[in-house]
Amino acid sequence: MTVYRNAPEAAQSAITVSDFNFWYGDFHALTDVDLNIAKNKITAFIGPSGCGKSTFLRCMNRMNDLIEGTRIEGAMQLDGSDIYAEGVDPVDLRRRVGMIFQQPNPFPKSIYENVAFGPRLQGVTSKSDLDDIVEESLKRANLWKEVSKQLSKDGLALSGGQQQRLCIARVLAVQPDVLLMDEPCSAIDPTSVQKVEDLMVELAPEMTIIIVTHNMQQAARISDYTAFFLQEVAGEPATLIEYGRTDDIFTTPMDKRTEDYITGRFG
Amino acid sequence: MADNIDIHEAVGADGQTETSARRIKRALANGKKERISKNASNKIMLGVFRLAAAITTLVLVAIIAYVVINGLPHVNPTFIFTWPHGVNAEGGIWPTIVSTVYVTALAMLICTPIAVLAAVYLAEYAKQGRLVNIIRYAADTLASVPSIVMGLFGYALFVEAMGLGLSMISAALALALLMLPIIMRTTEEAIRSVPRYIRWGAYGLGATKWQVVSKIVLPSAFGRIATGIVLGIGRAIGETAVVLYTMGQAVNMPFTPFDSGRPMTVHLYLLANDGINMNAAYGTALLLMAIILAFNLFARWLSRKSK
Amino acid sequence: MADAKSPETALAENTGARKRDLALVSRSTYLREKGLQYLFFVCAFLAVVTVLLIFAFTMMQAAPVFTDIGLANFFSFTWAPTEGRYGIMSLAAGTALVTVGALVIGVPLGVGTAVYLTEIASARVRALISPAVDLLAGIPSIIYGFFGMVIIRPFVADLTGGLGFGALTAWFVLAIMIVPTITTLTIDALNSIPMGIREASFAMGATKWQTIYKVVLPAAKFGIVDAVVLGMGRAIGETMAVLMVVGNAPVIPESISSPVSTLTSQIALDMSYSSGLHRTALFGMGVVLFIVSASLVGFVRLLSKMRKG
Repeated sequence: MTVYRNAPEAAQSAITVSDFNFWYGDFHALTDVDLNIAKNKITAFIGPSGCGKSTFLRCMNRMNDLIEGTRIEGAMQLDGSDIYAEGVDPVDLRRRVGMIFQQPNPFPKSIYENVAFGPRLQGVTSKSDLDDIVEESLKRANLWKEVSKQLSKDGLALSGGQQQRLCIARVLAVQPDVLLMDEPCSAIDPTSVQKVEDLMVELAPEMTIIIVTHNMQQAARISDYTAFFLQEVAGEPATLIEYGRTDDIFTTPMDKRTEDYITGRFG
Repeated sequence: MADNIDIHEAVGADGQTETSARRIKRALANGKKERISKNASNKIMLGVFRLAAAITTLVLVAIIAYVVINGLPHVNPTFIFTWPHGVNAEGGIWPTIVSTVYVTALAMLICTPIAVLAAVYLAEYAKQGRLVNIIRYAADTLASVPSIVMGLFGYALFVEAMGLGLSMISAALALALLMLPIIMRTTEEAIRSVPRYIRWGAYGLGATKWQVVSKIVLPSAFGRIATGIVLGIGRAIGETAVVLYTMGQAVNMPFTPFDSGRPMTVHLYLLANDGINMNAAYGTALLLMAIILAFNLFARWLSRKSK
Repeated sequence: MADAKSPETALAENTGARKRDLALVSRSTYLREKGLQYLFFVCAFLAVVTVLLIFAFTMMQAAPVFTDIGLANFFSFTWAPTEGRYGIMSLAAGTALVTVGALVIGVPLGVGTAVYLTEIASARVRALISPAVDLLAGIPSIIYGFFGMVIIRPFVADLTGGLGFGALTAWFVLAIMIVPTITTLTIDALNSIPMGIREASFAMGATKWQTIYKVVLPAAKFGIVDAVVLGMGRAIGETMAVLMVVGNAPVIPESISSPVSTLTSQIALDMSYSSGLHRTALFGMGVVLFIVSASLVGFVRLLSKMRKG
């Protein structure tokens, strides 16, 4: 019973999802999710903890495959081809759908090697190509100015906010079509949050970005579309309550539960 | 929202990000095709790891199965409860079982209080610094001293210099040194795993440090400390080189701590080495292994229960 | 006595008092707490005393190595106590040969098992195999020696001709024995790597194997080196299992299947009848073994200190 407010049409979408259900073992975590993710726009998933929004996000690059006993039903398509079709290689899928995690997680390697990791996986070996990719990726992640002189420094030696931007640069180095961000700003300091938000807005014109966030203002500030998820009864599956243009959702929520959640947060 | 749209446009107009993206894409396009597909190498290598684990498990199963199959026909009450006799050590192994149990119990009685109190010091009282570092280094070294060196030392100090002779007490002292670092480490870890707030509760009620340690910390850590002690016992029962030259090798039923004896491990060694009575060797090996595995499983059970 | 009062009266007395100074620490409490602390310290320091004592005492027994035997004799290659030759180098060579072979077989097996258990196996398989590794660690060396003697030795004998007593048999036996040490410590190292960097690698489109060898193993390399060094210590110090399978010939081995002798096995073998300088030389070998094992432990500690910065 999802309410749609000027939601994107399938034709202009990067990802289309229909009748999607998800189980952790016997636990039915998500039910009947239908939505289209607009191409080259920012879409925010909001909702209280445990509402399945991160789970749903991790279905989009099949990270949940790594957890034993998970199961899905329904269809999820990336540019028209089914993500969960028989024979689809999740490894290739993940090269097209990048992900940023809540906790910045650079590899315990140098800054350079962190960014070069993805290209190396794809067989790039020439030093000049790698140098190029590393520089351009760090520039796009707005980190180049801060680290250009110390590329051999351990990625873990950077500050939390810098680490998160390094992780973004690492993903940009493989040029994914879609970027999934799982609460990317909840573990870093406020100044860095600003930088990461600016970065997302800069990237959006050429990359589909989906962000899971607990921060209502953040969703309102940067996203074009907003999806509100909710698990109404503990033990029952969560679902998509309301989805549409961010302006509409935040200014005139149609569903009472959406309104409660948004206003409750704003006091 | 209006501001955001401006940023979108500004970025699009100056073109910087687009160039970057294109340059990255061009460099990526230069990537070579892998010689072996990534999925094939993935399959092969995961298979290699699987094989390693399978070999490890199979070896364990093989050892246990072999000892059980060959030992079981010879293990019966007569074998367990009678004395060996004759040149080929026919009959039972009772005195060697008693010697092993005797020396292990004695070693545990000597070692446990010292090891536990030492761990209390390291976990609760010691300030991190050079002294603690030295103590830890010493404990690690003690844990890694080859058992034959411990045997040599035990022989020189306990048997000869202190005049205790080849006896239960000499062997027990040497074994206690071997068990000390094992029990010390597990006890320290056990104590450290007791959450801080539990201590704070007791301090808040006006308990002294010793009261907190003895009434709160040690009881909460008891399960895991017991696990460490049981593991140490298992280690002591199976030890051969340390007791070889501290307890003696003559079959004897020990009564006082100053009596000598022959533990099961040494019995097994002598039987296997001479090859005169392989049946008794298999039987002894089975009993020895059964006792030790029982202790290890007991330790696992204890540690699971205390979690 | 306090129990005799009803709680109400006790409470009344307490609240009735207008002003109560903070009590000073009583002398008996202070002395007891201090005394206990010293007792605990003495127990802990006993570890240091013991190590020093082991070194000093073994060294004292070995003193004639410097005076009567001479270092040139002691560090030569001929071990012939009846002729007054106490060269331990062929024994040391035996120890080295046996240890290196055990590591070559045991390290891939141990690390491989650890990687399988932490990175690949399902929870059910893990619950089945991890106890097996623990049990393998618990089996006493005399059983390994016995198993090696009756099972592996005939197998090696068929393979190479001869009796099967020699370094090759010891390799297999010791490799099995160091696997639990290496596996357990490697598992600790792998488990201490945050889950996040594995997820990051998978999310970048790395396969499981690429994640293991490009991210997980490099991140755990210090821990794995620790594991290998301690496994090596175990192999060098192992006595009974080696004694039962190497054949005990104190010579430079002609081949990997010909009988050799190691420092530990020679001590165990000769202790029962040696006397005089011969016995002294055995204690000298004990000192060498002690120094080697203490150095390995020192190396591991140094490594972990470097890692922490």
